[in-house]
Amino acid sequence: MQQIINFVLRNKTFLVFLLLFGLSLFFTIQSHSYHKSKFINSSNMVTGSIYKVANGVGQYFNLVEQNKALLEENRMLKSIVHNFDRDTSKISFTDSLKFNSHYKFRTADVYKNSYSQTANYLTINKGKKDSIKIDYGVITSQGIVGIIENTSQNFSSVLSILNTRSRINAQLKKTNHIGSLVWNTESAEFAQLIDISKFAPVAIGDTIVTGGQSTIFPKGVLIGTVNSYKIDNGGDSYTVNVKLFNDMTNIGHVYVVENLQAAEIKSLQKPKDD
Amino acid sequence: MAARFVVLILVQVLIFNHINFMGYINPYIYILFIILFPVNNNRTLFVFLAFLLGFCVDVFSDSGGIHAAACVTLAFIRPVFLKFSFGMVYDYQSIKFSQTDFSSRLIYFSALIFIHHFIMYSLEIFNISKIILILQKTLFSSIFTILLCLIITILFSKKRK
Repeated sequence: MQQIINFVLRNKTFLVFLLLFGLSLFFTIQSHSYHKSKFINSSNMVTGSIYKVANGVGQYFNLVEQNKALLEENRMLKSIVHNFDRDTSKISFTDSLKFNSHYKFRTADVYKNSYSQTANYLTINKGKKDSIKIDYGVITSQGIVGIIENTSQNFSSVLSILNTRSRINAQLKKTNHIGSLVWNTESAEFAQLIDISKFAPVAIGDTIVTGGQSTIFPKGVLIGTVNSYKIDNGGDSYTVNVKLFNDMTNIGHVYVVENLQAAEIKSLQKPKDD
Repeated sequence: MAARFVVLILVQVLIFNHINFMGYINPYIYILFIILFPVNNNRTLFVFLAFLLGFCVDVFSDSGGIHAAACVTLAFIRPVFLKFSFGMVYDYQSIKFSQTDFSSRLIYFSALIFIHHFIMYSLEIFNISKIILILQKTLFSSIFTILLCLIITILFSKKRK
């Protein structure tokens, strides 16, 4: 017994080192699995408030670009509204309960954005208080940004599409061939669309949008254009290099999308017990 | 010491994490805390403080535990490099980093920073088949960090004559 105590005392630095190193490895491995990075994320009180202060200063520097983006979005929406055929039965809702019943949008400011690591996250200034929940989608007017992964009272962290763990259902805009959008860590401007069937008529310049299969994003949210493509080693699917519409390195304001029918769809897809 | 701890973390997460020189090169200057920690102090406490430092940076940058792991390792193996780069002076346990000569300080900084970056990027990428990418990131970021660390230590050194 005496010897054990002596051993511990003599090697206490080494033991503390082993313990802490093991702990950090545990955190690292946990952060590699989806929905398990509960302990360490920047959506907590302390980091959130510090980023809030920093953002209070920093957001003034790209006001011009943010204004341009808003103006561009307004122009697009206006052109939709004014070119819409003025059949009021289509755009007014007699039953107000049905209005706004599929997707709900909330605005949020980005407090922290990263794009140089292999696992990138954003922190936004809306949280549980604003009824933001895990698995809501995050988009801008130009394209998709990511998926909510953790929430606290006032802040949420967003799993960016520039993350090796991100996997988003996407498709060609002109046909319904679906694939998964992943990221190979090489550039913040490009993401990769994998598992597109070799029968799909892929051409350079084609638009890629989100598919209707996920309950997170609405169908048809813009992602990017085909920059190059090659057939897989197996020979039965394409890997497409997608140039993103969004400049992921400069994101100021985002929309959080809630699919109000997600629970219903999920309960349908769940295998029956009997 | 406490002030240096807080200031280095804040400067790291608010400024240096967002430099992204050439797309991905970020300097990690917060490890100056570990590099310049007084030598003749309690080693167990030092390892623990290093963990805390890395952990704080991890929380801010959503990176799991990669900084914590690299910092703990760095704190643990630091004596080896102190002995290697400063030799005689270290045996008397009385190093003042501002009074050491430049070349041995450069070796000491480079070795520690390189090891820290290598561990950090290995854990971040977590894929042995991408060893080239790990080494590339390690090399470029290390050079950036070493330069900045040297500049910072020169700028903030107290002149005692």
